[in-house]
Amino acid sequence: MSAKIVTVTSGKGGVGKTTAVANIAVALASKGARVCCIDGDIGLRNLDVVMGLENRIVYDLVDVIEGRCRLRQAMIRDKRLPELYLIPAAQTRDKSAVSPSDMVRLADELRNEVDWVLIDSPAGIERGFRYAIAAADQVLVITNPEVSAVRDADRVIGLLEAEEKGPAALIINRLNPSMVKNHDMLSAEDVIDLLAVRLIGIVPEDETVIVGTNRGAPIALEVKSQAGQAFRNIAQRLQGQDVPFMDLDSQGSLWARFQRIAGRK
Amino acid sequence: MGSFFDRLAGRKRSAQSAKERLQLVLIHDRTDITQVELEALKDDILAVISRHIEIDPDAVHIDVERNGREHRLVADIPLRSVTRRRGG
Repeated sequence: MSAKIVTVTSGKGGVGKTTAVANIAVALASKGARVCCIDGDIGLRNLDVVMGLENRIVYDLVDVIEGRCRLRQAMIRDKRLPELYLIPAAQTRDKSAVSPSDMVRLADELRNEVDWVLIDSPAGIERGFRYAIAAADQVLVITNPEVSAVRDADRVIGLLEAEEKGPAALIINRLNPSMVKNHDMLSAEDVIDLLAVRLIGIVPEDETVIVGTNRGAPIALEVKSQAGQAFRNIAQRLQGQDVPFMDLDSQGSLWARFQRIAGRK
Repeated sequence: MGSFFDRLAGRKRSAQSAKERLQLVLIHDRTDITQVELEALKDDILAVISRHIEIDPDAVHIDVERNGREHRLVADIPLRSVTRRRGG
C-alpha cells in the first residue's frame, strides 16, 4: 500500500493551515489510518505545539534530509493516537535548507511507512511553498471568507494550475454563520463562485479550536465540537466518501435554535 | 454591524461589497490587465473600428467575461444599418 501525499497551503498566513493539518491528521488516524504530518515551515515551527508534541522533539525535518538521523527517528509518535506521527520543522535553519527534490525523496520514503502524509506548507508563494507542494498528490487550499485571504487563495490556485498540481480542493475556514446571515461575511457560495474550485470543507468559527490548541489536543476527536465535525468530514471526503456539508445556518441564531426546539425546522 | 442604519441609508451590505471588489481584483490578478489598461484598450479598439465603419460608441460593450477560472475579452459592437443611417 502506498501513502497519499496531501499538502495544505494558503498563500496568506494565519488562516488556519496548521490547525487544519493537525485536525485532519487526527481525524484520519482516529479511524485507524497511519498518518505522518510534516511541518514544512522551517524556522517557524508550530505544528508540534498545536499537536502537543513540543517536548518530544529530538530530530527534525532537516536532520532527516541531511542524513543526521533515520526517517523513523524523526517521526514523533502522537500522545493519543498510536499510528499518528509528526516530523517537526527545524527551528534554527531557514527554508534554503530544503529543496523540492528533497521533499519528493522524503515523501517517497514515507509512502511505504504510512497511509497518509500531510504537509503543512509555510505561508507565502516562495521557496517554502514550492517544496511543500513538490511531492503532493493532492493540494488543499485553505482560506477565510475575507477579501485578502480569498485573493491570496486565488493566486495560489493559479500557481498550482501552472505547476500542474491542480485541481486544488478548497477549505473555507472560520466561517461565521450569523455574519453570513446578516450579509456581513462572504458566504461559502460566494467564495466558491469567486475561486471556481472544488469545495472539500467548510469549518465554522468555533471557540473549541482555540481551547484545543491551548491544550495541544486537536478537537477533531471531540464529538460535540462543530469545527471538529467539519474536520472529520474533510478527512472522510479525502478518503473518497460522499459526506453532505453541515447545516451551519441552523446553529446560527437564537431564533433558529428556538425553531428547532419547537420542531418547526 | 449597523445593518439597520445601513439599510436606512440605502448602503450596500458589506458582503456584497467584498464580492464585487474581489471580482474586479481577481480579473486583474489572473490576467495581468488593470482596469485602467482595460479602459485604454477599449478606446483603442473603438478608434480602430471607427476608422473603417460607423459605430455608435455608446452602444458598444467591451468587457472581460468569466467562465470558471477562464477569462475572455468579449466585444459586442452593434453595426448601424444603412437604412437608418440614410434616414438619420
